[in-house]
Amino acid sequence: MKKINWPVVLAGGLVGLAAVVLTALGNPANMGFCIACFLRDIAGATKMHSAAVVQYFRPEIVGLVLGAFIMSVASKEYRAKAGSSPATRFVLGAFVMIGALAFLGCPLRMMLRLAGGDLNALIALFGFAAGIGIGVVCLNKGFSLKRAYDVGKAEGSILLVVLTGLFILSLAVPSLFAFSEKGPGSMTAPALVALLIAAVVGAAAYKTRLCMAGGIRDGIMFKDFRLLYGFVAVFVIALIGNIVMGSFKLGFAGQPVAHSDHVWSFLGMALVGWGSVLLGGCPLRQLILAGSGNGDSAVAVLGMIVGAAFSHNFGLAGAAASADAAGGVGTKGRIAIIIGFIVFAVISMMNLPKKED
Amino acid sequence: MVDVRGLLCPMPLVTVRKEIEKNNPATLEVLFDDKGALDNVTRFVTGLGYKTAVVKEGSDFKLVLTK
Repeated sequence: MKKINWPVVLAGGLVGLAAVVLTALGNPANMGFCIACFLRDIAGATKMHSAAVVQYFRPEIVGLVLGAFIMSVASKEYRAKAGSSPATRFVLGAFVMIGALAFLGCPLRMMLRLAGGDLNALIALFGFAAGIGIGVVCLNKGFSLKRAYDVGKAEGSILLVVLTGLFILSLAVPSLFAFSEKGPGSMTAPALVALLIAAVVGAAAYKTRLCMAGGIRDGIMFKDFRLLYGFVAVFVIALIGNIVMGSFKLGFAGQPVAHSDHVWSFLGMALVGWGSVLLGGCPLRQLILAGSGNGDSAVAVLGMIVGAAFSHNFGLAGAAASADAAGGVGTKGRIAIIIGFIVFAVISMMNLPKKED
Repeated sequence: MVDVRGLLCPMPLVTVRKEIEKNNPATLEVLFDDKGALDNVTRFVTGLGYKTAVVKEGSDFKLVLTK
């Protein structure tokens, strides 16, 4: 057994603990952190979609990017880079988001849902791992989005500046934005506390390269389980937190902001896994990379925000189960996931080495 | 010299592994611009029996592998 990398374990544990605390402070159940859900809420707050129940300018997203920025500057590792197939990354980001919102959560929320006893997330985890497996096959065949190059420092800080500016504006002139009055978007931890907690998590995630996809990917490719320990730590600490808080409920039915459409949860998260490997990291990792100056990851995040808007404007997102309805992924969402697989296959093939290479 | 600057993880490690599998070099120099990638590759090649030394080159790092 390889040596455990304790900083990664601690960072994962910190994420799990922060998620439990944020939920206790007001965030939706099993949604202390959810990169997909929170980017979707931001898309709603900025009126890119009009789903009234998921509109809020989530400080957690700003905090994660800010924390990564501060830590990378403090470590003297901040480096503005861009130019690694940005348009392709935008499309990958958009379809990763469509897959995640079909399941109702990013890989991080998948682990938090599992830690809350939601067994639907276990099916999604199998799908996520399968998608990562497909991505690993692509990498082993030589898939690459090519290298990035040094760019001006300002280019690397665009996402942080835009998010911070909009966040301040949302506090100063809230009437400019849309805010949910009911549903998950209305359930929020105090803004500045959420910002601070997320900044600490962002700094830790930057320093340890924590990535929900990287753990499984590196385990398959290199038998390197270092990042996987962080992935497991998120689950373990959140599980303990949920048990302590009395919010652990084992089962498929009656889970918060969830559905039991297993086939499409599996396929949605398979799309997320595949896309995350092609992008070089999960949605959380994309935010952290963007904070540390990676303009290509910033473009992937913008793609995710647009993907979230598409998900709700075109009815692609999964519907949570309720007392009246089973919820699940509708026909349009299913077609979008299939299109996503086709798009990823084309992107994968187009970015393999040419025969003369 | 293998240049992995500007490549996101895990591409630096994939590139170095490919070079080692293909040519099994006794010595190899790898150029990095990312500390995380440098750490990952160092851990990997150490496991293969290489000795490593890091030379700072401006804002980049050169990892020198020897058997």
